[in-house]
Amino acid sequence: MSQPREHELLFDAPGPKAKRRILIVNLAGVVVVAAALAWAGFKLHERGQWDAALWGKAFTAEAWTAYFLPGLYHTLLAAVIAIVGAFVFGLIFGVGRLATIKPLRWASDVIVEFFRAVPVLLMMIFMWQFLGLLHAPDPSFWAVVIALIVYNGSVCADLIRSGVHNLPTGQHEAAAAIGLTRPQALAQVLVPQALLSMLPALIAQLVVALKDSALGQAIAYSELLREARLLGTPLATLQTIAVASVIFILINYGLGKLGEYLAGRMRGRGLALDEEMAEAIPMNVSAIGARTMIVSPEPPMPYDESARQEQELKHRRHHI
Amino acid sequence: MTLLTRYLEFMANYPVFRAFWVNITLTVFSGALALILGTIAVTMRISPIPSLRAVSTFYVNVLRDIPLTVVMVAMTTVVYFSLDVDFSGQLATDFYVGVVYFGQAPETSVGMMANFYLLAIIGLGLYHSSFIAEAIRSGVNTVPLGQAEAARAVGLTFLQSARIVILPQAFRGAIAPIGNTIIALIKNTTVASVTGVAVETSATMSGMIEMGPQFIILIFLTFALGYVIIVIPVGVLTTTLSRRLAVKR
Repeated sequence: MSQPREHELLFDAPGPKAKRRILIVNLAGVVVVAAALAWAGFKLHERGQWDAALWGKAFTAEAWTAYFLPGLYHTLLAAVIAIVGAFVFGLIFGVGRLATIKPLRWASDVIVEFFRAVPVLLMMIFMWQFLGLLHAPDPSFWAVVIALIVYNGSVCADLIRSGVHNLPTGQHEAAAAIGLTRPQALAQVLVPQALLSMLPALIAQLVVALKDSALGQAIAYSELLREARLLGTPLATLQTIAVASVIFILINYGLGKLGEYLAGRMRGRGLALDEEMAEAIPMNVSAIGARTMIVSPEPPMPYDESARQEQELKHRRHHI
Repeated sequence: MTLLTRYLEFMANYPVFRAFWVNITLTVFSGALALILGTIAVTMRISPIPSLRAVSTFYVNVLRDIPLTVVMVAMTTVVYFSLDVDFSGQLATDFYVGVVYFGQAPETSVGMMANFYLLAIIGLGLYHSSFIAEAIRSGVNTVPLGQAEAARAVGLTFLQSARIVILPQAFRGAIAPIGNTIIALIKNTTVASVTGVAVETSATMSGMIEMGPQFIILIFLTFALGYVIIVIPVGVLTTTLSRRLAVKR
């Protein structure tokens, strides 16, 4: 028996009368959407935004070789370096939060919670001005990268911690039974397993970093959005920003699908994401994204919570 | 100690509290907008009408995959400059002055500032509505199938069962992800500076660092701790609420 699809939750298979009604509303929907598009198109026409010369500006060879592609390169460069750095940052502080030495654990907790609560844009502007005062080379680029590392790294640290917490207790016990010390158990048994199930969440985090790198336009980092604005200034910004948006959407949508595919494969191999991580995938809001702060790893209502989660996962499998 | 006292003297010249107030009001208004739009989007997403589902899916996916900065930049460069949508009328200005300055208008060009403030609210509201919609949708998934079947069995139409049975339970099951979105929204209001809201925290911090570079670390810590103080209670509140309000099954 197949699982019910989510949108079939609320209604039966339509009979003849309902089918007619659906057809009518469908037609009405098409008319409304067409009317909205026509209105927007007319608005654009009124403002002269359909002018071929304006759109042409975004589609010359020079626009791509001198603006869009270099901008995209800088966007991807910052995002990829940041996600690698965030992984290392997360590994260090995630393990730090699991340490048996209390001061180490507290320090890691404070650092992670701090960087998670501070808006990325504030961090970026501060780092930019700070590196500028130090006469550091390329302050825009490093400000973007550092701000993205500390924020996304803090999210990663939490993913690692909750990943280890959510391993079956048998793993802790088995490691202890064969005589591994706590650091050995973490390094050889627990963290590697948490890392594997973290992979899809890491890709989700890459999308977050990619989106947030656009904040760099505020501190003169020549990423895609900034380049698009430069190209379009002063009259064709609508056109160039539209092109840049499409590029952003396509890349992020593709990465999102990749993350979902990997998550599906992990489940197939029995490496299910725990709830918190599964939440992180759609929820890593953005720019300054998500948090799972203070959500404790243990579920609030042990007895029926697990049943609920089981059911939720069943649904998810079908329409993530 | 002397550094600290000199810093406090310096800080007294800047409207730090008003800056945070601006971000809080941006959160409240754009959050309300996002909740309304998000609820509409999710109702369309679970409706029996395929075209409404398609529109909602498209809306959510596009807004989720576009960087917030692009949306916020577009609110001025595209919506205002290219399309000439303008909110600097009397009503908007009064609203802005009332909310941000408690009715005491400053001498600068208030109409323009009100315009950017409202554009920022719309941009933030649109962007976060997609995350709210996804959050509520995850809440819909926690509602057992039997609830919807029972609602149909007693003869409720789709909208009735959504309004009376499904969505109330979905909201209660979605408190945690909605809370995450609100926390992200609080921090994301700093991006309003790229829409032209010059009185909010990131713009204020940047201006202060330019005028007093010797205090750079203290200035950053002031603003960063401000956000820690705002965000952590909201996180605690959401966690408590999500536990208290979760439907016991």
